Amino acid sequence: MRFSHGTRALVLAAALAMGATTASAEMVLHRGNSGDPETLDPQKTSSVYEGNILRDLFEGLVIHSAAAKILPGVADSWTSSADGLTWTFKLKSNAKWSNGEPVTADDFVYSYRRMMDAATGSQYANMLFVIKNAEALNKGTGKPEDLGVEAVDAHTLKFTLSGPTPYFIELLAHQSSFPVYRGAIEKYGKDWIKPENFVSNGPFKLTENVPHDHITIIRNPAHYDAAKVKLDKVVYLPTEDRSAALRRFQAGELDMNDEVPTDQIKFIRQNMKDEFRPAPYLGTYYFVFNTKKPPFDDVRVRRALSLMVDREFLAEEIWGGTMLPGYSMVPEGTGSYGTPVWWSAKDKSPADREDEAMRLMKEAGFGPGGKTLKLEIRYNTSENHKKTSVALADMWKPLNVEVSLVNTDVKTHYAFLREHQPFDVARAGWIADYNDAQNFLFLAETATKSLNYSQYSNPEYDALMARAATEGDAAKRSATLHEAETILMRDEPYLVLMTYMSKQMVSKRLKGWEPNTLDYHPSRYLWLE
Amino acid sequence: MISFVLRRLLSALPTIFIVVTVSFFLIRVAPGGPFDGESHIDPRILENLKRVYQLDQPLWMQYWLFLKNLAHGDLGPSFFFKDFTVAQLFAVSLPVSMENGAAALALALAFGISLGTVAALRQNHGVDHAVMGVATIGVTIPNFVVGPLLTLIFALGLSWLPAGGWNNGAFANRVLPVVTLALPQMAVIARLTRASLIEALRANHIRTLRALGLPTTTVTLHALRGALLPVVSYLGPAAANLMTGSVVVERIFGIPGVGRYFVDGALSRDYTLVMGTVILISVFVIVFNLIVDILYSFLDPRVRME
Repeated sequence: MRFSHGTRALVLAAALAMGATTASAEMVLHRGNSGDPETLDPQKTSSVYEGNILRDLFEGLVIHSAAAKILPGVADSWTSSADGLTWTFKLKSNAKWSNGEPVTADDFVYSYRRMMDAATGSQYANMLFVIKNAEALNKGTGKPEDLGVEAVDAHTLKFTLSGPTPYFIELLAHQSSFPVYRGAIEKYGKDWIKPENFVSNGPFKLTENVPHDHITIIRNPAHYDAAKVKLDKVVYLPTEDRSAALRRFQAGELDMNDEVPTDQIKFIRQNMKDEFRPAPYLGTYYFVFNTKKPPFDDVRVRRALSLMVDREFLAEEIWGGTMLPGYSMVPEGTGSYGTPVWWSAKDKSPADREDEAMRLMKEAGFGPGGKTLKLEIRYNTSENHKKTSVALADMWKPLNVEVSLVNTDVKTHYAFLREHQPFDVARAGWIADYNDAQNFLFLAETATKSLNYSQYSNPEYDALMARAATEGDAAKRSATLHEAETILMRDEPYLVLMTYMSKQMVSKRLKGWEPNTLDYHPSRYLWLE
Repeated sequence: MISFVLRRLLSALPTIFIVVTVSFFLIRVAPGGPFDGESHIDPRILENLKRVYQLDQPLWMQYWLFLKNLAHGDLGPSFFFKDFTVAQLFAVSLPVSMENGAAALALALAFGISLGTVAALRQNHGVDHAVMGVATIGVTIPNFVVGPLLTLIFALGLSWLPAGGWNNGAFANRVLPVVTLALPQMAVIARLTRASLIEALRANHIRTLRALGLPTTTVTLHALRGALLPVVSYLGPAAANLMTGSVVVERIFGIPGVGRYFVDGALSRDYTLVMGTVILISVFVIVFNLIVDILYSFLDPRVRME
C-alpha cells in the first residue's frame, strides 16, 4: 500500500480544506464529457469530445456564441474578394497566448502549415483542402511556403482558396483551425501537450490532464476577454457510463453532462424535466442500402422499404423521444440552407404508404405472392441500434421480407462499410463537422468513394454537387443543393430515419447555457449561481 | 532461494514471448483499425494516417519493430490517447489499480478468513448458514449490480459518500469501489477457508492437540496454518487479477485505473495499448504465482523450493 494512515489523513484533511475554499471563493464547473478526448492538439483532433475542451482552451479567427452563432474571435473583421477566392482577416491587437505573448498572423500560418504537414497526421486536413495547394502539401508533393495562407503583417492574415467556398468561415470555426504556439512545440516537441508546457490562446488554460479521470482548466488571465469569463475553473470528467453519470448528476457531482441513459428516459422526464434539455442536433441517423447489390440497386425496392418505416414510432418509442423523426438528409436548421427537401411521402397516411409500397414491391417481383426478399441488417453494438433494426424487420414483414440481423463492434462495422464488403442494409449516421448542407450531401457523391457506403453513383447528382461547389452566389448555391437533395430523397440510397438530438443534462444552478443545433456550449459563457 | 526465484523468472520469459506474439497477431486479425469509427475519415487522410503510424508496413515488419522497441523497454505511443505513451498511461493508472486491488485484497482476506473460520467452528449452526448464505450472494451477484446498488444507497440515499470519481485518491472516493471489488473475493475466501478448516480440524495432529487439552484458539490457529493453503493458492491469480484493475468497477466509479485499458484498448484497436496491458497482466500473473510458491514453502513443510 502506498499511503500510510498518516498521509491518508493528511490527504483527507487537504481535500476537506480544498472543498472549503472552493465553496467560499472559486467558481468551479464540473462538466461531463461522455467520451475521452484522444488528444488536446487542435491539429490532431477527431471527436466532438475534444471539441468541447478545445473551444475553451483555444480561440480561432472566429468563435461561436452561446447560441452557436459565428462571432469574431482572434480576428476582428474580415473581407472576401468578389470571386470568393481571397479572404483577408484583421487580427485583434490584444489577443495573447497564455504566456503573455501576442497572437500574430504568423501563428496561424504556422498552424495551418502544421495541419497540412503529412507527418502531423491530422484527421481533418481534408476539410481545408479548399486552401490553395493544401492537398499537395498533405500528400507530400507540395512545399509549405506554397500553402495559400499568408501573413501580410503581424495582424493581417490572407487566405487564397482554390475555389469559392461560401461556408469557409464555418470551417475556420472548427477546432482543427485553432492556432498552436510554435515556441512550445519547437522547444518540447511532442511533450508540448503536457500541462506544464502547454500554451494556448483561449479563455482557459490547461492545468491537469489525467486520462479516464479529469482534465482541469482554469481561467486564462492573459485572454483579452478574461474579465467577462465568470468561471474560475472547469473540471471535465469523462462519463462513458451513462447510468453512472446520471447518478453523479443527481448527487450534484456534475453540473452538466452531454448524454443520458435512454433506457431511463421515463425516469428522467418525470423527475428531472427542468434539467433535461434536449435540442435538435446537426446529425442524421440513417440505414444504408448497398446500391451495388440486387435487389437494392432497384429504386422501387428501396422506396418500398422506406415507405413501410414509421419514423415517429422509432423516434418516440425506441429512442424515447431523444431523436426526431427524420424526413430529409440535411437536418432542418442547417446553416443558411432553409427548409430542406422533405421526403415526398412525409405527409401521406400510413395506409397510402403501404399501398404504394405493395405496388412497388410487386413491380419489382417481390411482395406477398411474389419472391420472399431475404435481407441482412448489419449494425454496430448498441441496445438502441438493435431495437431499431428489430423494429425495421417488423415493419418490413408485410412486404414478405425476411430479415436477419448481424451485430459487430463499431470498428468492425465501419471497416466493413468502408471496404465496401457485401452487405444488404447497414446502420450508419452522420454528425456535421461544419454547419453547411454540403457536409451532409457530399456523402452520396461518387467522389466520396469509401465514405459513400451505399456506393450510390449518379452523374446528375455529382454534376449538381460540382456546380454548387464552385457557385459563388449564396442563393443559387442553395437552390442547386436543394436540387441535389431532391434527387437523393427520391432515390433513397440512404434510408433516412431520424434527426439526432443533443441530450444535455443541465443543473438548475448553471446559467448562460443556451440550446443550439451544434451542441456547442463554450464554458466562457457559463456560470453557476 | 534467490537462485530459485531467478530460475523461475528466467523460465517465464519464453511464456511472455509466446503470449506477446499470439496477442500481437490476434488483435491484428480483428477487423477494422484504430481510425475506423463513427467519425468517418476521408480515404486520402486515412492513407496518410496509416503511413504516419507505420500501419502501412507489412505485418511482420510491424511485429519486428514492436519487438525491437520492447527490447528497449519502449511500449510505444498509444493510438487512442495520442498525447500519451503507453508507459505514461500505466505510470498514472497502475498505482491506482494496485492500491485499490491491495486494499480490496486486504479487506477480503481479513473478513473472508474470519467469517470462514467462524463458520467452520460452528459448522451447520445458524452462524454457518448465515455466513455461507451471504457468501453465496456475494459470489453470484455481479459487480455491475453491486456497484450501482451501493451508489444508490450510500451516495444518493444517505449522501455519505461520492457517487463516483477519483478526486486524486481521496479516501471517501475509494470506499465504494474497494468494497465492490472486495465482496466477491471475500465470499470465495470465506468458503475456501470454511471448507478446508473443517477438514483440518478433523486431522490427526489437531485431534492430538485437542486431546492434550490446549485452548480452542491455539488449536484453531494450528489448524488454520494448514487450512490456508488452498486460500493461498487462490490468492495468486486473484491478487494479479485485482491489482491489474477491473473494467467494470473502474467504469462505474470513474476510476483512472489500468483495467479499462485492456477492454477499451481492444475495442478501439489501440494496438500498442493492448500489447502493453497483455504484457502487464502476464507479468503480474507470473510474479504472483511465484509469490504463492514461496509462501507455500513457508506454510507447508512438505513443499521445498528447488
